[in-house]
Amino acid sequence: MELYFFLFFAIVAVASSVAMILQRNPIYCVLLLIMVMISIAGLYLMLDAQFVAIIQIVVYAGAIMVLFLFVIMLLNLSREEGGVFRIQKPLAVLLAALLFLPVAAMVMSYAGGGTTPPADGGGAGFGEVEQIGTLLFTKYLLPVEIAAVLLLIAIVGAVVLTRKGTVSVGE
Amino acid sequence: MSYLPLILLVILVLIVAAVIVTLSSYIGRKKTSASKLASYECGVPIKDSARKNFSVKFYLIAILFILFDVEIIYLYPWAVVYGDLQLYGAAAMGVFFLLLVIGFLYEWKRGALEWD
Repeated sequence: MELYFFLFFAIVAVASSVAMILQRNPIYCVLLLIMVMISIAGLYLMLDAQFVAIIQIVVYAGAIMVLFLFVIMLLNLSREEGGVFRIQKPLAVLLAALLFLPVAAMVMSYAGGGTTPPADGGGAGFGEVEQIGTLLFTKYLLPVEIAAVLLLIAIVGAVVLTRKGTVSVGE
Repeated sequence: MSYLPLILLVILVLIVAAVIVTLSSYIGRKKTSASKLASYECGVPIKDSARKNFSVKFYLIAILFILFDVEIIYLYPWAVVYGDLQLYGAAAMGVFFLLLVIGFLYEWKRGALEWD
């Protein structure tokens, strides 16, 4: 049963990723990326990471995709033109291949049963909000505060970048 | 299988949506006229294409929303375990919040929340 659900979410994720890359219309790309995010949320759910799964849908499929749409509208990309990425294309293939190698090596090292998950699935309440909250604010308090600094930098950056030299089109 | 009701709900919603759309396209009466098929049956006539550059202001609002959205994510697990953490938790979140309130005050004072 679990295998079928994994296969379903995995196939949907991979298929929508491929379709997203092959799609020429940027708006359709964003919609397909939402499909990818939701199927990855399904995979998280199967890993007992309920909180992460919901966050994946709320933040990635919801808010970040809206941001993507705004960027597409901002740049006025109606249709992707063929010859634009002439230099970037071989470079992208090379980078993707370089990124794929360590991931593949990692998967292969796990395939032989390198690490097995705990038999009880990490204990009662694993992946639930209580456990995440306790860990975030005790053991991992410093990373959380650093995340706040990161968000602060992002706020300042967004305001500074968009404030000066704004050209308003329409109205 | 604690997610069985959820999966059933998803399947049910998909079935209901498909049935409603198919039924209305078969049973519904189709009387078309030029004004009925226009993009906006009522309202102002279309001026020009919608495919034009949008102001960067939309983007600014969106990214500021996302940043505070991410902040809320931290707030949620904190609120769940607040009873256990007590004063320590309040102090931890206080520092976190203070940093973001600085950002909020900055964008407010710089006029990033003003539309013009």
